[in-house]
Amino acid sequence: MKVTVDASVCIGAGMCALTAPAVFDQDEDDGTVVLLDGTPPPGLHAAVRQAGRLCPSGAITVLDTGDPGDR
Amino acid sequence: MAESHPEAITFPSGRPGPFDPPASLGALREECPVTPMVYPDGRTGWLVTGYAAVRSVLADPRFSARRELLSVPVPSPLAQEMRRPAEPGMFIRMDPPDHTRYRRLLTAQFTVRRMRQLEPRVREITAECLAAMEKAGPPQDLVREFALPIPSLVICELLGVPYADREEFQRATAVLVNLEATADDLHAAIARVGVFFTELIARKRAEPADDLLGGLVESGELTDEELANIGFLLLAAGHETTANMLGLGTFALLQNPEQLAALRADPALADNAVEELLRYLSIIHIGPVRAALADVELEGRLIRAGDVVTVSVPAANRDPARFTDPERLDVTRDATGHVTFGHGVHQCLGQQLARVEMRIALPMLFDRFPGLRLAVPAAEVPMRDTMSIYGVRALPISW
Ligand code: SF4
Repeated sequence: MKVTVDASVCIGAGMCALTAPAVFDQDEDDGTVVLLDGTPPPGLHAAVRQAGRLCPSGAITVLDTGDPGDR
Repeated sequence: MAESHPEAITFPSGRPGPFDPPASLGALREECPVTPMVYPDGRTGWLVTGYAAVRSVLADPRFSARRELLSVPVPSPLAQEMRRPAEPGMFIRMDPPDHTRYRRLLTAQFTVRRMRQLEPRVREITAECLAAMEKAGPPQDLVREFALPIPSLVICELLGVPYADREEFQRATAVLVNLEATADDLHAAIARVGVFFTELIARKRAEPADDLLGGLVESGELTDEELANIGFLLLAAGHETTANMLGLGTFALLQNPEQLAALRADPALADNAVEELLRYLSIIHIGPVRAALADVELEGRLIRAGDVVTVSVPAANRDPARFTDPERLDVTRDATGHVTFGHGVHQCLGQQLARVEMRIALPMLFDRFPGLRLAVPAAEVPMRDTMSIYGVRALPISW
């Protein structure tokens, strides 16, 4: 799994940091998304996908790369 | 279904029970999730009730939140004036990039981390309210003693509103969301809050303060008018919504004792329970409203540029296509993905604050008063049928 974020469209709602805190954080100064881990381990994939679905602004892109934890 | 062309409807009202949205909303969602609707000003537009369609409207930049393009779905004394561009700072009625500029200035104040830092203070405020309630003895009105003061004190603290002025604010904001208020009442309330914020900002310019408004003043990015309007917006948004979630949420738990028991048996369920109460109660019962900037096809319907679109949060949150057995309050379900805070760029800025307040205050209430119960028959609890934010007007309780 490969995760990318686009802080320029992020609205700082914090759903990502709430849902997958090991992978997403929010910037101290402007509240926008900070990606902590672009290739999260399989155990976090479900939470990361959920964060991607919940993000209201489309700032999070989750790509399946075919590694074992992706399914 | 594309082949059915029902007559244009008016905005549904009339709830079958205290926790359930108008039954006709569910019927519409099944038959025709994008329905032609007549607005009180005579314009025609749409009512969107399906979960997927609601999310797509809210996330689509072709649907504008600019106030001058919208119509109010229910009769309102301010309907005429609403069709003016939003005042500087009133960013919920703007589109990007204007919206983005204001929102960006505020997001750092409402991050998950900042809200967690507020937890001890929320706990203190809650404990003070509960102690006062206990001291006064039963019966009490839970709205007056608990549901309203907690969010009110928290948002005032966040903004830096002095304690002495807080009561007046509660009165003024209550008028602002009352659909039965006259135009005169509304103007008077708006003016009162406006003057207050002007004075407050002048004070913060004179002596820098370590609160949200103080920080915005210091950023040097905003005029006094913008600051006053932003303060107004946050105050109104922070008061009524969370207060009604606390009041109506307590009522719903009392009426669903097995759910309350499950929550009490397992405090770790609190986050889940909060999410489920947000979904099940869907207190935003009118709107959000958007206007199409271009022709858009939605579920087989052609929405034309200029059409007004009202989305129904309660209908979307009870869509069986998204939530299993949606009419049931179930604090153990995963209710994330509900649209109570909206979706898209306008999704609620204060949502993490609302979560913190509910997650702390509701369990503390039931811990402190294990025998909490209604002091009147459930049918006699006065509901806010005429407010844009649904809830209880009062919740008489005993213990
Ligand atoms: S959920 Fe989306 S919009 Fe919200 S902070 Fe994360 S990336 Fe930004």
